[in-house]
Amino acid sequence: FPEMSYLLLFCVGAGAGQDVGRSCILLSIAGKNVMLDCGMHMGYNDDRRFPDFSYITQNGRLTDFLDCVIISHFHLDHCGALPYFSEMVGYDGPVYMTHPTKAICPILLEDYRKITVDKKGETNFFTSQMIKDCMKKVVAVHLHQTVQVDEELEIKAYYAGHVLGAAMFQIKVGCESVVYTGDYNMTPDRHLGAAWVDKCRPDLLITESTYATTIRDSKRCRERDFLKKVHETVERGGKVLIPVFALGRAQELCILLETFWERMNLKAPIYFSTGLTEKANHYYKLFITWTNQKIRKTFVQRNMFEFKHIKAFDRAFADNPGPMVVFATPGMLHAGQSLQIFRKWAGNEKNMVIMPGYCVQGTVGHKILSGQRKLEMEGRQILEVKMQVEYMSFSAHADAKGIMQLIRQAEPRNVLLVHGEAKKMEFLKQKIEQEFHVNCYMPANGETTTIFTNPSIPVDISLGLLKRETAIGLLPDAKKPKLMHGTLIMKDNSFRLVSPEQALKELGLAEHQLRFTCRVHIQDPRKEHETVLRVYNHLKGVLKDYSVQHLPDGSITVESILIQATAHSEDQGTKVLLVSWTYQDEELGSYLTSLLKKGLPQGTA
Amino acid sequence: MAAHLKKRVYEEFTKVVQQQQHEDLSAKKLRLTKPSKSAALHVDLCKATSPADALQYLLQFARKPVEVESVEGVVRILLEHYYKENDASVRLKIASLLGLLSKTAGFSPDCIMDDAINTLQNEKSHQVLAQLLDTLLVIGTKLTENPSVRMRLVEVACKHLTDSSHGVRNKCLQLIGCLGPVEKGGAKEAESQAAKDVQKIIGDHFNDQDPRVRTAAIKAMLQLHERGLKLQQAIYSQACKLLADDYEQVRSAAVQLIWVLSQLYPESIVPIPSSNEEIRLVDDAFGKICHMVSDGSWVVRVQAAKLLGSMQQVSSHFLEQTLDKKLMSDLRRKRTAHERAKELYSSGEFSSGRKWGDDAPKEEIDTGAVNLIESGACGAFVHGLEDEMYEVRIAAVEALCMLAQSSPSFAEKCLDFLVDMFNDEIEEVRLQSIHTMRKISNNITLREDQLDTVLAVLEDSSRDIREALHELLCCTNVSTKEGIHLALVELLKNLTKYPTDRESIWKCLKFLGSRHPTLVLPLVPELLSTHPFFDTPEPDMDDPAYIAVLVLIFNAAKSCPTMPALFSDHTFRHYAYLRDSLSHLVPPLRLPGRKLVSSPVSPSIAPHEDPSQQFLHQSLERVYNLQHLDPQGIQELLEFTIRDLQRLGELQSELAGMADFTATYLQCQLLLIKALQEKLWNVAAPLYLKQNALASTAAKQILEETYKMEFMYSGVESRQVVIIHHMRLQAKALQLIVTARTTRGVEPLFGMCEKFLQEVDSFQRCFISELPHMQGSFVDKLLDLMPRLVTSKPSEVVKILQTTLRQSTFLHLPLPEQLHRATANIIEPTGESDNPLRFTSGLVVALDVDATLEHVQDPQGTVKVQVLYPDGQAQLIHPKPADFRNPGPGRHRLITQVYLSHTAWTEPCQIEVRLLLAYNSNRSKASAKIPKSTWNESLEALPQSENGIEGTIPFSKPVKVYIMPKPARR
Repeated sequence: FPEMSYLLLFCVGAGAGQDVGRSCILLSIAGKNVMLDCGMHMGYNDDRRFPDFSYITQNGRLTDFLDCVIISHFHLDHCGALPYFSEMVGYDGPVYMTHPTKAICPILLEDYRKITVDKKGETNFFTSQMIKDCMKKVVAVHLHQTVQVDEELEIKAYYAGHVLGAAMFQIKVGCESVVYTGDYNMTPDRHLGAAWVDKCRPDLLITESTYATTIRDSKRCRERDFLKKVHETVERGGKVLIPVFALGRAQELCILLETFWERMNLKAPIYFSTGLTEKANHYYKLFITWTNQKIRKTFVQRNMFEFKHIKAFDRAFADNPGPMVVFATPGMLHAGQSLQIFRKWAGNEKNMVIMPGYCVQGTVGHKILSGQRKLEMEGRQILEVKMQVEYMSFSAHADAKGIMQLIRQAEPRNVLLVHGEAKKMEFLKQKIEQEFHVNCYMPANGETTTIFTNPSIPVDISLGLLKRETAIGLLPDAKKPKLMHGTLIMKDNSFRLVSPEQALKELGLAEHQLRFTCRVHIQDPRKEHETVLRVYNHLKGVLKDYSVQHLPDGSITVESILIQATAHSEDQGTKVLLVSWTYQDEELGSYLTSLLKKGLPQGTA
Repeated sequence: MAAHLKKRVYEEFTKVVQQQQHEDLSAKKLRLTKPSKSAALHVDLCKATSPADALQYLLQFARKPVEVESVEGVVRILLEHYYKENDASVRLKIASLLGLLSKTAGFSPDCIMDDAINTLQNEKSHQVLAQLLDTLLVIGTKLTENPSVRMRLVEVACKHLTDSSHGVRNKCLQLIGCLGPVEKGGAKEAESQAAKDVQKIIGDHFNDQDPRVRTAAIKAMLQLHERGLKLQQAIYSQACKLLADDYEQVRSAAVQLIWVLSQLYPESIVPIPSSNEEIRLVDDAFGKICHMVSDGSWVVRVQAAKLLGSMQQVSSHFLEQTLDKKLMSDLRRKRTAHERAKELYSSGEFSSGRKWGDDAPKEEIDTGAVNLIESGACGAFVHGLEDEMYEVRIAAVEALCMLAQSSPSFAEKCLDFLVDMFNDEIEEVRLQSIHTMRKISNNITLREDQLDTVLAVLEDSSRDIREALHELLCCTNVSTKEGIHLALVELLKNLTKYPTDRESIWKCLKFLGSRHPTLVLPLVPELLSTHPFFDTPEPDMDDPAYIAVLVLIFNAAKSCPTMPALFSDHTFRHYAYLRDSLSHLVPPLRLPGRKLVSSPVSPSIAPHEDPSQQFLHQSLERVYNLQHLDPQGIQELLEFTIRDLQRLGELQSELAGMADFTATYLQCQLLLIKALQEKLWNVAAPLYLKQNALASTAAKQILEETYKMEFMYSGVESRQVVIIHHMRLQAKALQLIVTARTTRGVEPLFGMCEKFLQEVDSFQRCFISELPHMQGSFVDKLLDLMPRLVTSKPSEVVKILQTTLRQSTFLHLPLPEQLHRATANIIEPTGESDNPLRFTSGLVVALDVDATLEHVQDPQGTVKVQVLYPDGQAQLIHPKPADFRNPGPGRHRLITQVYLSHTAWTEPCQIEVRLLLAYNSNRSKASAKIPKSTWNESLEALPQSENGIEGTIPFSKPVKVYIMPKPARR
């Protein structure tokens, strides 16, 4: 019976691949097509910002081709192109995401739309209505809930850390499965737990590899440093500005400061710039089941996101005397409120700005981080920066060790790396292959990877046969394959294992007896019956678990195998052993012949 | 009030005793009707028409206890029904009942074992089979001394190991684990043959298809180990494979097994797979368990982290790896923040503002050499301490503590990580890490930057954390004078922020000063703000911060004779004041050329202690020797001695317990003498009410004091207990005499006399070994007269008692080595507030109570909070066990909430809150423990032993709290 091989086709759409930016992966598994994430590239303002969906199908509707779309979390590089894809390109199938993602995603999309359309004045962009229509196609899933997309395709979400509602998805068709991680974090932080996946042994694990070549230090040092910096500044009466992106790290830092304020009984006010973040905080409050142990356990007394010390910011507060801490958007100090506050406070050396993330070249954030002390603002103004500038990296991606840990947890048969730089991925790939002995792939943008799997095929077996077969031999053992005798009938796409008698009956065939006979020559000068006796004793000694009988007519039976000895017609010293067995006893028969061929031991007389 | 309360307690006590006797009688009656029990069951079961009915009867039956004598009969009847029964659920219940019955105390189940084994033969239902095996396990555990029984049961278990149900196999393995032969090469060859090698049998099931059976197999193996069988090393490789099992319970058990093996064969050599090298087994196991710290299931992670702590034989090379994660960034080696901090510190540079790229990675890493997963122990603790679940983090901190205690170099290394844990989000973890640090503080010296982080926690709003930190600072080594200065500054800051921490901070500075005299020396001028030319203003003596500074300096000056030269005049005056007012914080100093200091005070304390001890013993000797003085003389001497002792206790805190204890004893004696010495005893009783009143209050007071002596002091030995009980017996005799004189009629006296004689009897039984030491005492004489007493009339008994009591000598109270009086001090509420606590009547208000307890044994069980309302209503509150903390040996801290409620008042009024020490006289006699029944909780009216007296002793000053329940607004 030929080995079956199934085909998994990966079409890595524009993005993902070996590049940090847009994530969009097409997965074809056992005849089902799934799109994993639908991200956009923040760096481009032209067509390149969205994936090229013409890859998928040149002609024909997308809905016919794709079975479903899965969004792992609400970051725009994972979901930004969704309204474009579903409303403008045209896709009407189901979109799956977790509940928090579904709640927060439209806020971010709307915000993004506003900036692009209202501020930059672009046309040919998706509208608010489109976002709403798009969200109507979304089906929300719970953690560890198995969702049946159609009869064959099922998906299941696992916790991924990273941001609120981030999930990893297992996609399963029949016995073939793929796990797509999206972005994940293996070390817990102040508001989210660590990613976790069960030992699901997928055929393929698609994992991000942003930090493929980094092993990070413990988070505690960074947190402690951060808190110390803030605390010191506030104590000497300075003001602290923390430019953040609206969602994710901002909440983590808020929790961090809030608990610290609580613990240390501090009184200085902490402000949070209004708008987007306020709305998002509301959702954080609702979805505490998605947060970490501490928040989940204490929410009965107090919801940690109902901040006691953190209040909404008003523009006028920036001029208030005395110490304060302000979280303001955007994170790179390139525009908006954070820049306004920065300009006000930059002149005082008592103040401090803490950059909690990476800054793109060209932004004010990048300039001050690289040590520039005099900045040229619009209107030829020169701004002298006297305030302290600190950099604290709080990243929520798994590092190399984390990635390896996840692979160890899931035990996949193949690994595919996406979302990272080629050079770094090369290193990780080598490590994975070396340590887990599994194949590892790292396709480039637009490249297709095909993976052959070794699917197990379920076969129906009649209970009678199963019971009969298990009764023979030892106890069943899950770890070891078990040999069974039966007849495999393939009919109408179904497989059945039945007893030979039943098969014959069903197919209306007569039974044929097939018997093998084999002659073995043994050098033994003794008489025939003595030889027989020696053979008998030998077999009796070796085959303890079988019934070996010496029949009165001078032949030996081992179970149903017959052995007879005759003297060789020419050479009396050679005895010919005739071994005969039926087809069913093939295993034992061939073992016996090989045993006899080795000759009889000398000692047995 | 207390006396009133006592009175009630005793009244109740007497009532209870009468009831008990009554109940005893009825219990006896019940015993007569006993044989009908099994018969009744039989009838019931025969009546049952359906299996459901039968099950109901059995359930009802199971609720009642069965006496030892009738167990066998009941078992027979149950077995009879078992064979008849077709329904599996009923059979299951019968099987479980068999197990329950064979647990009955005093019943030997060997007579029913054969039957139980027989039932296994024809049983088809897997569940019933499993239950029957469970029953056999119970029987087997009761008959562990009988090897042939065990052998037989193990054989039965082996036979059923091939069963297809996991439940049955589970139980079989459990049975083998609990009963399998432990001794190697047993007495009889044939039997050991039959039992085969249990380890092999169990080992075969490590690969069972059902995870539950695999777990049971590992557990059985562990059970064998616990019972003393030496496991074979061959199991190790099998166990290692189980670490990769799909099921968490299997992995968790496997981790334990590996740990056990690593303790058994630490030094044997195992090969590393994939290479030709070999390492010690304990190192290999350590690496494997470290690996499990990053397991997918947190149960396993906790297990692994806990076990790591107890692997002390592991080589230091592996140990230190656990703290090293081998950081890298873009394939270049990176230093951890800890390393950077250390470097920064050693290079002499102070705080550098963090620059972007400050942590830029340096050298390139050879890609081939980086091991991402299989590096075993690498970074295990880093992961453990960063874990999502705080259970894992606590376990990791505990493990760190244990490992660091045994390895100073590791202690030095793990310091950074522990310091980091001071910032954990969960308070328990923070507290645990502070405690851990304290425990290893002998091995470490804090660097300045570390000290800085440690001190930052002083601002924590949790009192527990701050106090734990003070404790830590008490025993920390600081390396530089800046460190000391920093610590002082932070502690003063703490003091201003939380003034209630005063005591704790002073104490902390006391130790800090005495540990680092040389570091404090250069700081003195600055701290005292003295100036070489100018006179500086004299600081305010009542300022807690100034006192704190002085405490630090004076304690440092104790071992630094040059220091006093730097003091200014007022400092000496302040010294004298503080030496008096805060003598426990300020040590005696030798100050040259000062009149203010009393010269004979020697710097060392040791000779100081001896005279007071001597004094104590001398005064006691005096009392004991003067036995035959005239009563007046004795009384006076006793009074003086008591006064002396009390004063001594106040002066010498080390001897306070001893002095109080003896003073109490003498007080009792004094009372007794006073009550007895009156000549008026000979006059007709009813005329001298006053006399009676005096005697009866004396008796009552003596009783009270004896309870205090017995239960309020820790370190009381049996020698003292005898004397105390003896004193109590005398008091009871006195009570009896007084009652005899005041009551008319003989009826009530009968009971009392009998009771008293019983008590004498039980006294004799309990302290038979001590009797020879009590020559000439009351009880000695009484026992001589016992035969006469038993036969004589109450009035005669009373007479005899009276004379013996008066003639008996009083006993020498030997003193134990250490004696401490249990004390309690309520810190909060302070009782100073004038603002009443207002709340709506009918609702509750929570009152925070914070108290320190010293020398209380088992505070969870004994300490209660009492609230007294102005209307005389009293409320007794049992604090939760979790409300007690244990900051140090012999000390406890009670932080709890008391819920108050009352109907509306018109005025605010004060309630009293105090702590009580509950006692139970049974507690002292371990032998008299009531055997707890194994039956369901429904044991009606647990028979109380005759002398189970329960009561409470108030042992803290009451604190008044002003409260005001307002009427509810409509």
